[in-house]
Amino acid sequence: MRLDETTRGDFPILERVVNGRRLVYLDSAASSQRPRTVIEAMTRYYERSHANVHRSIHTLGEEATELYELARDRVQRFIGAAAREEVVFTRGTTDGLGLVAETIGRTLRAGDEIIVTEVEHHSNLIPWQLVARDRGAQLKAVPVLADGSLDLQALDRLLSPRTRVVAFAHVSNVLGTIIPVAEIVRRARTAGALTVVDGAQAAPHLRLDMSALGCDFYVFSSHKMLGPTGIGVLYGRRAVLDSLEPGRGGSEMIKEVWIDHAQWNDLPWRFEPGTPPIAEAVGLTAAIEYLEKLGMDRVAEHEGALAARAVKGLGALPGVRVFGPPVGVPRGAVVAFAIEGLHPHDVAALLDAEGIAVRAGHHCAMPLMRCLGVVGTSRASFSVYSGPDEVDVLVDAVAGLRSKL
Amino acid sequence: MTAVLYSDAIRERWRRPRHRGDLPGATGTAEDVNPLCGDRVRFAVQVNDGTVAAARFTGDSCAICTASADVTAELATGRPAAEAAKLGTEDVLEVLRADVRPTRMRCVTLPLSVLGMALAR
Ligand SMILES: Cc1ncc(COP(=O)(O)O)c(C=O)c1O
Repeated sequence: MRLDETTRGDFPILERVVNGRRLVYLDSAASSQRPRTVIEAMTRYYERSHANVHRSIHTLGEEATELYELARDRVQRFIGAAAREEVVFTRGTTDGLGLVAETIGRTLRAGDEIIVTEVEHHSNLIPWQLVARDRGAQLKAVPVLADGSLDLQALDRLLSPRTRVVAFAHVSNVLGTIIPVAEIVRRARTAGALTVVDGAQAAPHLRLDMSALGCDFYVFSSHKMLGPTGIGVLYGRRAVLDSLEPGRGGSEMIKEVWIDHAQWNDLPWRFEPGTPPIAEAVGLTAAIEYLEKLGMDRVAEHEGALAARAVKGLGALPGVRVFGPPVGVPRGAVVAFAIEGLHPHDVAALLDAEGIAVRAGHHCAMPLMRCLGVVGTSRASFSVYSGPDEVDVLVDAVAGLRSKL
Repeated sequence: MTAVLYSDAIRERWRRPRHRGDLPGATGTAEDVNPLCGDRVRFAVQVNDGTVAAARFTGDSCAICTASADVTAELATGRPAAEAAKLGTEDVLEVLRADVRPTRMRCVTLPLSVLGMALAR
């Protein structure tokens, strides 16, 4: 059976009718939907076990702590991290990248260099801009090529002994390009730079293995991978995490406190100030268990096939331009496109009238839009519950759009 | 719902805007961007003796924003500048006759605010 045929019934929201049509949800890269098991796990937690974690010496507090720390173990296994201490919970990708940038930022000096890429989501660009401004560091960008890949020769030219950080996406949220992480990490390490990977679009789609990728930091959000909003993961290589001072202070992250100084807590709690998103961690556990049951290789294959179908179908329509890697090159679960003579927001509104949800606009990647020479694009994206019939509905609807305005 | 959001007035002005283009001899120009979508609208106005003699817009924008800019330019033309600067969303929506939802309201208001900026120059 096809993956979507086995999963669809698990997602209550997919039964919704929008504008008189059965919902065709093709905006999973912005935020996916959740299976019933995630919703139920969170409800059960709130109805039975909620208390604050770590310092509560009572039954509920112990249960909550156990569930919260179980989520860490699940994430560790899911991403192939060497130790649970390497898994830090955040509020999401943006929060995690901000935390890394601030933390590394404190160690930067004037003249140091940070390398990003032209495909970055603003979340992996603005934090580095802020840090560069504060520390007098220089920000440089690896150009994107016409086929959606990165210019790795340019990376080699940009890397120097001054390079302290190379920050880049694993999968582009617009082009769908799968970036060769291990390859970039190898080059960055040779230059003595730390690597920070934005895995927001990769974690829902690919089997992750931190030991194979080799990066120093890897960041993603739960809400794009069938889990709840409000929680994300920051993976940090232990040796690197250990060498860094905490970026933000508060409870949970200290061992002993005096008025003028404090002793930091052990990893990973040193980087988790304040009451964490506990119910969300419980939901994330359920999401990971759901994905693992399907098998991430199967997920990647299913979503990859849908993306390929969309690239072919949309690409064959007159006046439609599809962005990103050509047919035959593996891509993430996103397909961005533009229709001649139609603005992406009008495309999204007209498709919504037919019950089809796509994203439109700059996708928080304005520098990339400039490289592509457009103000924005429309983007269809897929998850485990998306089906080929939905891709076909999209392609048919897009074919008829130009006559509607 | 399509019919209501993309009213005939919007479709007509999106296809054939009447006030799009450059304005040589403009006395004031302004430009702004809608942060939600990256849409950009530029307004150029020519004010003679306190009256808006001409108004033109250019830019990259969606059908709703383009139609709103076109109506805004039309409504401003011939009015005292002070009065044109007070044109509001209702004035534009009355001409467009469209059911614009809150998520797209910025598409309607952006041209109005850019006109105001151009008049203030
Ligand atoms: C590549 C990429 N990075 C970062 C983000 C930001 O994620 P969040 O909004 O969950 O912090 C997103 C999603 O919007 C994304 O696609």
